[in-house]
Amino acid sequence: MYPSNFDYQRAASVADAIQKGSSDGAKFLAGGHSLLPALKLRLNEPESLVDIGRLDALKGISVSGSSVKIGALSTHAQIATSADVKKHAPALASACGQVGDPAVRNRGTLGGNLAHADPASDPPTVVLALGGKLHLQGSGGNRVVAAEDFFLDLFTTDLNPGELITAVEIPSIGQAKSAYVKMAHPASRYAVVGVCVVLEVSGGKCSKARVAVGGATPKATLSAAAANVLVGSSLDAAALDAAAKALTSDLSDVMGDVYAPEDYRRAMAGVYLKRAVRAALG
Amino acid sequence: MAAAEKIIGSRIKRREDPRLITGEAKYLEDIQLPGLLHAAILRSPHAHAKIKSIDTSKAAKHPGVVAVYAGKDFADVNPMPCAWQAGKVKNNVNTPRVLEIDRVTFTGAGIAVVVAEDRYTAQDALELIHVDYEVLPAVVDAEKATKSGAPQLHENAPNNIAVEWTCGTQDATDRALKEADVVVKQRMINQRLIPTPMETRGCIAQYQAATEEWTVWMTSQAPHVMRLLMTAFVFGVPETKMRVISPQVGGGFGAKIFLYPEYCLMAALSRKIGRPVKWMETRSENYIATTHGRDHITEIEVGAKRDGTITALKVNTYANLGGVLSTIAPGIPTTLYGRMLSGTYRIPNIFCHVYGVYTNTGMVDAYRGAGRPEATYVIERAVDLVAHELGLDPVAVRRKNFIPPEAFPYDPVILNGLKYDSGQYEKALDLALKMLGYENFRKEQAEARKQGRYLGVGFSSYVEICGVAPSAWIGLPGEGWGAGLWESANVRVHLTGKVVVTTGSQSHGQGHETSVAQVVAGELGISVDDVIVQHSDTLGTPFGYGTYGSRSTAVGTVAVYNSLQKIKEKAKLLGAHMLEAAPEDVVYEDGKVFVKGSPDQSKTIQEIAGAAALAYSLPAGMEPFLDNTSYYDPPNCTFPFGTHICVVEVDKESGEVKIKRYIAIDDVGKVINPMIVEGQVHGGIVQGVAQALWEGAVYDDNGQLLTGSLMDYAIPKADFFPTFETDRTETPTPVNPLGVKGAGETGTIASTPAVVNAVVDALAPFGVKHMDMPVTPPKIWRVLQGNGG
Repeated sequence: MYPSNFDYQRAASVADAIQKGSSDGAKFLAGGHSLLPALKLRLNEPESLVDIGRLDALKGISVSGSSVKIGALSTHAQIATSADVKKHAPALASACGQVGDPAVRNRGTLGGNLAHADPASDPPTVVLALGGKLHLQGSGGNRVVAAEDFFLDLFTTDLNPGELITAVEIPSIGQAKSAYVKMAHPASRYAVVGVCVVLEVSGGKCSKARVAVGGATPKATLSAAAANVLVGSSLDAAALDAAAKALTSDLSDVMGDVYAPEDYRRAMAGVYLKRAVRAALG
Repeated sequence: MAAAEKIIGSRIKRREDPRLITGEAKYLEDIQLPGLLHAAILRSPHAHAKIKSIDTSKAAKHPGVVAVYAGKDFADVNPMPCAWQAGKVKNNVNTPRVLEIDRVTFTGAGIAVVVAEDRYTAQDALELIHVDYEVLPAVVDAEKATKSGAPQLHENAPNNIAVEWTCGTQDATDRALKEADVVVKQRMINQRLIPTPMETRGCIAQYQAATEEWTVWMTSQAPHVMRLLMTAFVFGVPETKMRVISPQVGGGFGAKIFLYPEYCLMAALSRKIGRPVKWMETRSENYIATTHGRDHITEIEVGAKRDGTITALKVNTYANLGGVLSTIAPGIPTTLYGRMLSGTYRIPNIFCHVYGVYTNTGMVDAYRGAGRPEATYVIERAVDLVAHELGLDPVAVRRKNFIPPEAFPYDPVILNGLKYDSGQYEKALDLALKMLGYENFRKEQAEARKQGRYLGVGFSSYVEICGVAPSAWIGLPGEGWGAGLWESANVRVHLTGKVVVTTGSQSHGQGHETSVAQVVAGELGISVDDVIVQHSDTLGTPFGYGTYGSRSTAVGTVAVYNSLQKIKEKAKLLGAHMLEAAPEDVVYEDGKVFVKGSPDQSKTIQEIAGAAALAYSLPAGMEPFLDNTSYYDPPNCTFPFGTHICVVEVDKESGEVKIKRYIAIDDVGKVINPMIVEGQVHGGIVQGVAQALWEGAVYDDNGQLLTGSLMDYAIPKADFFPTFETDRTETPTPVNPLGVKGAGETGTIASTPAVVNAVVDALAPFGVKHMDMPVTPPKIWRVLQGNGG
């Protein structure tokens, strides 16, 4: 519960942060709500923390064209209550409102959360389902990475050493319907299983679908198999059962623990897919 | 005494809350002393191992480190005492040392300590200590530990049995089971729980070499007992050589009753180093090094007639006590468990056999309810199993077997001479059923099942034992406590009429500063604001055994009450003198002494207190001052009771359980402050429901705690619950003049079986008769998978 020694540096600008963050053993500190517990348990013993928490360039939520751009330092609470996010990416507002508790939501940031890549956390699943893109900046310049290419494995992302997430860009769902639902672990409230769906419906039929699952697998996962079953259906009970079945057989590498064994998590992915679709349809 | 009745029983706000809410209260962590050093403890990562060598040389050289010690450096300090050697524990007591020397029997046992100028340095230096272990095979299951071939933890405890204890009559119970119309057998697990008070444990010890005296601050529910055990038993010095102070204590739930090695270690360190030393437990340490609760494996056999009359109950329990014995560990699964197995029912034949077992796990001792939740779980599940077997309504079976009101005082025989004091069990049940609307509920349940929705209702008609205990009963040879359990109080009415009460009991959330003041104000006829209640410092308070077992009101406050009567008697004598009246002609009412029938000519308690203190005109032979100390040894324990009802809905697809309603009818005797009682009941329900649905400590086969943090161990959250529907019946106890029974633990005792019974009832269509706790969605889902769900 007491971190080992580390140096603390406050970044003066994004460029300064990247320079400081590129040195060996450096870690970025944003809201600190994933990092500090790891430091206290000495699971992570960085040599220096580069505090990016005061960089205004990484703050703010704005809409341009048909997408909403969320600064990496936006807190979960800011996203959950943002009128722009609620309008263009309501599932993300909903998910951010379900992260942790009020203290966590008021300190924890979206960028920090995604960089941490905890598969049981809520935002990665939703950013993936919504087709979000991550704007990254590092010593090698700027690049944009789709969420599905960003999450590589358990707590592992495509970020290079010293590279920062500057913003997350989410295409507006427009007329599509979406929802994120989760079974919260009774201790941590992290997702045992979390499912996000984005559905386009016309003429009573589903014309397009994206399904993402978190909590169950080492990284948030898109299921084309489940989406394919939904597309073309009228999203009735039989279609939902079929989609749930497709999803549970599509998931590979499902995790199990003391609380929820692998087969339970797999089955719950299906149950929560059905709930997500029903929630999206309202 | 109209005024007295008004303040006693009124819903006044807790006087301790302003300092708690504003953060001004001083907890152990808030205490800083000049020259204070910080200790960090190296704990065994292995559940069972020999310590071959410890090399502390690198740690000792680390900058900022003042000293590093291992167990051998404290070979002259005695091991902790086991103060409740129930069950004829003879030569197989094994208790912790301040630091273990050559062997560890659970993960988390302390083996070395670093003392440094700050706690970060101390923590860093821990990583520089090298320990060579010989890891031994571990056993974590209490039943398996008793079987041949199991790893042996202690040479003096063959088959790892620390305690073997029975109560009741085996032959008669076996005969009754043979003659019963039906016999139901069930194995049930009462899983291990982690108490998780909001404040972890901590200690500061300061030794003064010149006088060879210690001042020790610790997070304790029983500072006087800690002083006695530390001085007389661990250090072998007179108790006058130590002052123990419990500052504001942030919850305990039993886990802060005990004498822990860290407290003695701080005292030993301060004596060695000559500076004050502080240790504040981290949450990770708290989970492995502070006591746990429950952990029983039980087989029951219950015999009944076809009409539901229960004729026999046979219980065999393996109680896991951990790697070494905590202070009162053997007393919990014996006296406080076996002797309460009759519950609210007339059961003519009971036999209970208990093994208290050493395993390679953390110590197990009293946790809120302490034995009675385990007993209530057994009997309340047993009643439902009988009802299920006979196709009877569980409410009907309860009614059939209740001890009727006219049978009190009732001797359940297994209580070793004590009798249930008073009870109206059916009245509490009826009130609860009325709140539920039972008949309507069964219709709603049947309707819902047709729609594929699974509602269930669970009942728990409990009785528990509080106000522990008559010294002659608890201290009986064979019962093992080996001490009394009286309480004490001093009441002083100062010159200005302000009253200071000091008590030997301790408050760590129970609101004594309010409820005791209400009794004083009510009895003396003064304002609550004129009463100060002091406790938790062995300097200036009379000896007391501490706060646990819902005993502070039923025992401690009765001592206050008795002193108040003596104060009033003296006030009457002095008041009569001041009024120039005959003592037999005056009365004490509403804070005044006057000649009966002439209240206009009176002397107030303030005037009388002033006269007693100034003392220039006292009756012949009267000592100055209004001051009295009482020691109250209760003639009997008290037995609160009631009925709790839980309504749940189980989701068939996911196994998720939603608590739809929770009804609690408790009878805790007379109530001094209803708001405090409700707070206790609410908190208790939350903890008891949590055992049923969420909490459970899990060790792997190697003795590693898998639920070692709040990320994995599910303590309850407010949004898990509906609004509780609570009410009370009031059956005063004849045991004490206040009529109070105790309210600290009813919620945890009653609620657990109510919830499990509700879930089992919901799953009845799937042929489910029993499920072990915690009844989690994955477990329910698995049962449904195998039962056509």
